[in-house]
Amino acid sequence: MTTSAPERPAAAAPTGSPVLEATGVVMRFGGLTAVNNVDLRVNQGEIVGLIGPNGAGKTTFFNCLTGMYKPTEGQVKFEGTVLPPKPRAVVQAGMARTFQNIRLFANMTALENVMVGRYCRTSAMALTSIVRGPKFRREEEATRARAQELLNFVGLGRTSEHLARNLPYGDQRRLEIARALATDPKLILLDEPTAGMNPKETEEAKQLIFRIRDMGLAVVVIEHDMRFIFSLCDRVLCLVRGETLIEGSPHVVQSDPRVIEAYIGKPDEDELEEEAAKEDHA
Amino acid sequence: MTTSQTTAAVSNPRPSSQWLITLVGVALLIIGCFLSWSYVPALLGNLSVNFFPGAIQIFMIIVGVLGLFFLLLRKGLFPGAHKLLDSARGLRALSVTAAAFMVLVVIVIGLQAPGLANADPGVFVTLVGALAMVAGSFRMPSDPTVDPITVHLPSWVEILVIVAMLTVVLFGAAYALGQEDGTVFSLFLLFLAGLVVALARAGLFSWFGVIAQRNRRVIMLGAFAVAFLFPFTQNGSDANMSIATQVLIFATTALGLNIVVGLAGLLDLGYIAFLGAGAYVSAMMSHSAFANIGWKPPFLVVVIISAIVSSALGLIIGSPTLRVSGDYLAIVTLAFGEIFRLTVNNLDGNNGPDLTNGPNGIPGIPELEIGSFNFGDTHNVLGIPLGRFANYYFLLLVVAAIIITVFTRLNNSRIGRGWVAIREDEKAAEAMGVNVFGLKLFAFAGGAFLAGMAGSIKAHQDVSVTPDQYIFLESAFLLAAIVLGGMGTVAGVLVGATVLKLLPEKLRFVADYRLLTFGLLLVLMMRFRPEGLVPSQRRALEFHEDDADLAERIEDAHIEAVTPMEGRA
Ligand SMILES: Nc1ncnc2c1ncn2[C@@H]1O[C@H](COP(=O)(O)OP(=O)(O)OP(=O)(O)O)[C@@H](O)[C@H]1O
Ligand SMILES: [Mg+2]
Repeated sequence: MTTSAPERPAAAAPTGSPVLEATGVVMRFGGLTAVNNVDLRVNQGEIVGLIGPNGAGKTTFFNCLTGMYKPTEGQVKFEGTVLPPKPRAVVQAGMARTFQNIRLFANMTALENVMVGRYCRTSAMALTSIVRGPKFRREEEATRARAQELLNFVGLGRTSEHLARNLPYGDQRRLEIARALATDPKLILLDEPTAGMNPKETEEAKQLIFRIRDMGLAVVVIEHDMRFIFSLCDRVLCLVRGETLIEGSPHVVQSDPRVIEAYIGKPDEDELEEEAAKEDHA
Repeated sequence: MTTSQTTAAVSNPRPSSQWLITLVGVALLIIGCFLSWSYVPALLGNLSVNFFPGAIQIFMIIVGVLGLFFLLLRKGLFPGAHKLLDSARGLRALSVTAAAFMVLVVIVIGLQAPGLANADPGVFVTLVGALAMVAGSFRMPSDPTVDPITVHLPSWVEILVIVAMLTVVLFGAAYALGQEDGTVFSLFLLFLAGLVVALARAGLFSWFGVIAQRNRRVIMLGAFAVAFLFPFTQNGSDANMSIATQVLIFATTALGLNIVVGLAGLLDLGYIAFLGAGAYVSAMMSHSAFANIGWKPPFLVVVIISAIVSSALGLIIGSPTLRVSGDYLAIVTLAFGEIFRLTVNNLDGNNGPDLTNGPNGIPGIPELEIGSFNFGDTHNVLGIPLGRFANYYFLLLVVAAIIITVFTRLNNSRIGRGWVAIREDEKAAEAMGVNVFGLKLFAFAGGAFLAGMAGSIKAHQDVSVTPDQYIFLESAFLLAAIVLGGMGTVAGVLVGATVLKLLPEKLRFVADYRLLTFGLLLVLMMRFRPEGLVPSQRRALEFHEDDADLAERIEDAHIEAVTPMEGRA
């Protein structure tokens, strides 16, 4: 496997300085508060895990960070400046993401998918594209080369001309990562990057995330696979029903009884609550 | 030798019975064509002379010769050809074509001669031959080793194939245009369709698709040369050139619309209004006695102004609507088309400024003059007279070339990739940093720009502009050409536009029931080939999300087409 690391993205801040600071993020859908007053700070070169049971609001929180949702309250600061809730501005600033339910451009080749990721870092406009001067050809060539480099990096170098929809599941997830990396991010948000992967692929994904971190990127990763999360992350945040339950080192979070409880649940307590809810309705 | 082992399964040296039956069928088919089919000379061209085949008999001879070629392929005529062509499937399609063709001919003789008593034995000899071909070819086993896209021939052979195809297209088009007799024209269409299906089923077109991708430039130049040479085949006759010019202006407009619909995926139901805007601006600035703008700049300036006015309208319509989701655009553009028509209908001085002369339009637009070249005059080139329509035809050809260049270059660029991404998944595209709104607006206004350009020429070519030339129905026909031909391809639009313009010209029935036939045609297309006759691969994939086989095939062909280039690099 070729593992030539791509060049480091633009001016790296000194290690440890905060890249992302989200404070007091609230997201309500009608009466449902999916994310309630969540803070997250991510430092450069750090891998942060985001865990929590189904429906805890993890994906919604990602959507708030990346401008796909406009948070009801709170603000998202990236490298010291507040981001507008516009996906394009967020990508431009240097934050890229992958999706829990894979959202590749299915009928494009792997290479073309990654080339789309280069869109915001290239500039050829209509007239340039029609006239095709040397500048256009240079940029097009560079885009192609960079996309191929990223495909090599995630281990898809030999399937660059395959259609995204024809790729196996695990490869599609890695292709999404390559596409996100193509935007030259400083922070990458991965939403369940190993869902549906076998143990071998999961291990490869872990190594890939380490390599991404080693390039100087910060990583936030949502996962349900606890062993994966606790062996990967520098810090873990656990969300339950939209609220931060606990944040800390993997060791601390792992041994906190409330986390286990949130996942497994205390049967009797749940039943009590359900009954309470029924009474409320009545 | 290993090749003889692999071919052995197919080219069995001992002829099988079905092979012999088919051969006899082919022989009868051809022999029958050299005999008289009916002694009524006025029928279907003249089919009454022995040993002197008339036009439709020549169609059948071509079918017979192709059938013979397929039969010989099965006996190993060329080593390796069994990989390129599935002769059994080709033969089946050919024989069905021949049989259907002959049944129709017999019916026509029965109806028009009138009476089958007027049929000569030749027609039955050919009919029996066609039926024998059907009987033989349908029991012939298909060839599982066919894999046309992996066949590599020297590049000069590939170019020769392209040149041959284009030559056939040129002669086919000239013949179809020159055909006065509606019945013969219909039979010609049947013959043509059968031929195309036979070659497609044999696998020739998937191979052709790969070499076309590899030799894109040769095809473009070749097609342009063919289109350029066409007026020279007409001997100064205006009848066909007038149709050809109309086809070309329709195709040119449809090409512009295909950038909007096919590439950017925006449904624009009022495109004709942009053409109309261009035409009106050009008319108002012309030397017509009814033109109400005093400034008369040279035509090249008028073209630019028309295009700019159209695209400005595009920006005005587009910027509020393109931010919201897709369906609104269709409704707004539909309304815009109506507003345009009503506006030009009413700007006659009674209510509002006197600009467009109301329902009467602007008549008497003089012929174009660029430099000292007057488009109304007949010019002699190499002794061949080229009349008024030929002049406009050449000008439109230049415009078409510009639009095709814009189309293909945008398609293969950062912008084109952005459009595909938007079509595939707008949200994901946005999340990856693609400027969704900007790209949509650009496609919309750019399409309007090109329509304005075409419109400024159309005004002069039509001599007058009136509001009723720019009605919704025309927008619908433009869209129909794209849907029929194929979204997102140049060749598709050219085919679609040609079919839609040529059919009503040549067939009374289609002209009388234009909406009915086009409607039926579109319903059939939606049911059987929603991606159009000559679709872009990507569009075919989009229309068949669940077809894993198709995806594999297209991927293989794509890899086949790009690999040699990378090998060289
Ligand atoms: N667009 C929306 N409109 C209304 N409710 C929503 C919307 N998006 C999410 N929700 C709700 O918000 C809650 C949190 O959903 P979210 O997808 O963020 O959970 P999650 O933590 O990612 O869960 P999982 O682990 O299953 O992916 C759920 O109750 C969900 O139904
Ligand atoms: Mg989720």
